[in-house]
Amino acid sequence: MTDRCEETLGVGLLCEGQHDPGVPPAGLRRSPSGVDGLTTEHLIINMGPQHPSTHGVLRLIIEVDGEEIVAVEVSVGYLHRGIEKLAEHRRYDAVGTLMDRGDYVSGMMGELAFALAAEQLMDVEVPRKAHWLRSLASELNRLASHLVWYGTFGLDTGAMGQFLYAMREREALLDILEALSGQRMMFNYIRPGGVVADMPLGLTEQIRTFLSTFDTYLDEYHQLLGGNEIFQMRVKGIGTIDRQMALAFGLTGANLRAAGVDFDVRRARPYAAYPELDFEVPLGTTGDAWDRYIVRMGEMRQSARMIAQLIDGMPEGAFTAKVPRIIRPNAGEAYASVESSRGETGIHLFADGTEHPYRMHYRGPSLFAAQALEEILPGHLIADAVMIVGSTDIMLGELDR
Amino acid sequence: MAIDKFTGENSIAFIRSEQLFDFARRNSLWYIAFGIACCAIEGLMSASGPRFDFDRMGVFFRNSPRQADVMIVAGTVNHKMALTVKRLYDQMPEPKWVVAMGACACTGGPFREYPNVVLGVDTIIPVDVYIPGCPPRPESVQYAFIELQKKIARRTEERLAARNR
Ligand code: SF4
Repeated sequence: MTDRCEETLGVGLLCEGQHDPGVPPAGLRRSPSGVDGLTTEHLIINMGPQHPSTHGVLRLIIEVDGEEIVAVEVSVGYLHRGIEKLAEHRRYDAVGTLMDRGDYVSGMMGELAFALAAEQLMDVEVPRKAHWLRSLASELNRLASHLVWYGTFGLDTGAMGQFLYAMREREALLDILEALSGQRMMFNYIRPGGVVADMPLGLTEQIRTFLSTFDTYLDEYHQLLGGNEIFQMRVKGIGTIDRQMALAFGLTGANLRAAGVDFDVRRARPYAAYPELDFEVPLGTTGDAWDRYIVRMGEMRQSARMIAQLIDGMPEGAFTAKVPRIIRPNAGEAYASVESSRGETGIHLFADGTEHPYRMHYRGPSLFAAQALEEILPGHLIADAVMIVGSTDIMLGELDR
Repeated sequence: MAIDKFTGENSIAFIRSEQLFDFARRNSLWYIAFGIACCAIEGLMSASGPRFDFDRMGVFFRNSPRQADVMIVAGTVNHKMALTVKRLYDQMPEPKWVVAMGACACTGGPFREYPNVVLGVDTIIPVDVYIPGCPPRPESVQYAFIELQKKIARRTEERLAARNR
């Protein structure tokens, strides 16, 4: 046991410049602004990688002056598992399994991004029904993902009830997704050329039953959390990312739209069935944590609207194009992006004519949001850090890849 | 030792102290809220949600390792993370148990070819129950806890048998 442990933990673990979690980084500063000319020493607080509110294994090294944050260092890489590299050793129809595990709360969107990129290099006409099924799967998954965010964001403020309600709805959604794809989280449903399976019998009814109550529930949930005065006081006005900063950091998704920038990949670069759907893009004004909350709640409502349109107008026909069993796209380069639950998820693909991708780059929106944390956290109180990290809705699987 | 036999009025139960402690331990397996990757959504989040509701088995999450009895390793452990996992395990008070959840924690799973990934968390800490699957369903995690309870009961009996010998 001990030998194996040392073997794993021992050699070359701490690279140069990497902090051992037990040792604070060098360079403690002194605050010049002490009372009566007295100086106070800054304190370094380590938050994570095991912290219930970092939504995974994010590590923040926070330098505080009393209760106030003066500097933040975001340390990532605790979940790096080489998705980009492993994709070079997977066949095209199997890369989806890795994409699922990237952004694991909204796997469908990752798969869709890869499928769209691969299809640009293949001579294939995706049938209309496949487009609609892809959109349906994406929107159902977006709802499930936003519900996880809603539940845990409340947990960060110290509320518990809304988490249980969100999980209840999410289980209903996962039942639907499981009926559609066969798995609760790791679907591998959307593949180059189409989707894997048609809608099973009775699924339309199941979705209708779900939708019939969802809107009312959503109002209730908004009332439960957003109508709570304590919650409002804690969220309003903190973590402001204004328009300019959001654009400079390359933020996408709700974090960008909360700042008032009208950019949604579903509308800017339409894919799947979105050109045919009627939906609105909720926008915020100031870009604080409250705006991000409002935008995401609005997105849930729009998703429910889209799902209703999608099951009503679901076309007939084939659910996948004829694709060879071993896909060999033409050599070349392609970029495709989708609007995932967190922002623009893009796949930049290089193919060399063999059955494996030559190189795949995975653009995840969370890394950009995590970088912005270093800028927005200083100046806030230490208790607000948890809220701000929660409001950006980062997903560590896709951040570290 | 069946406690429910003694629930009548004015009843007295005779029980060895260690039996009592193990009975309590078995029925309040608090796990540390430490999700690493995808499995955490199923094993920690859905598990504490209303459908699966581990609470009714006495399984509940604690945020600090110092208050926890069980560690569910839910996710891929890479070399950067391994140090933290080991440190958290060392911080948990005895007696402690480890559940390796998912293919990643058992063997490295879908990422096993990547050199950065630890090939099974049992290379750094001792594991009591393995759960296969990617991700395992919450039901499997529930089953793992039932197995863990059995294991603890077995340990009590073994210890008592050794004493009486
Ligand atoms: S076993 Fe599968 S679901 Fe679990 S952490 Fe590993 S990749 Fe994710």
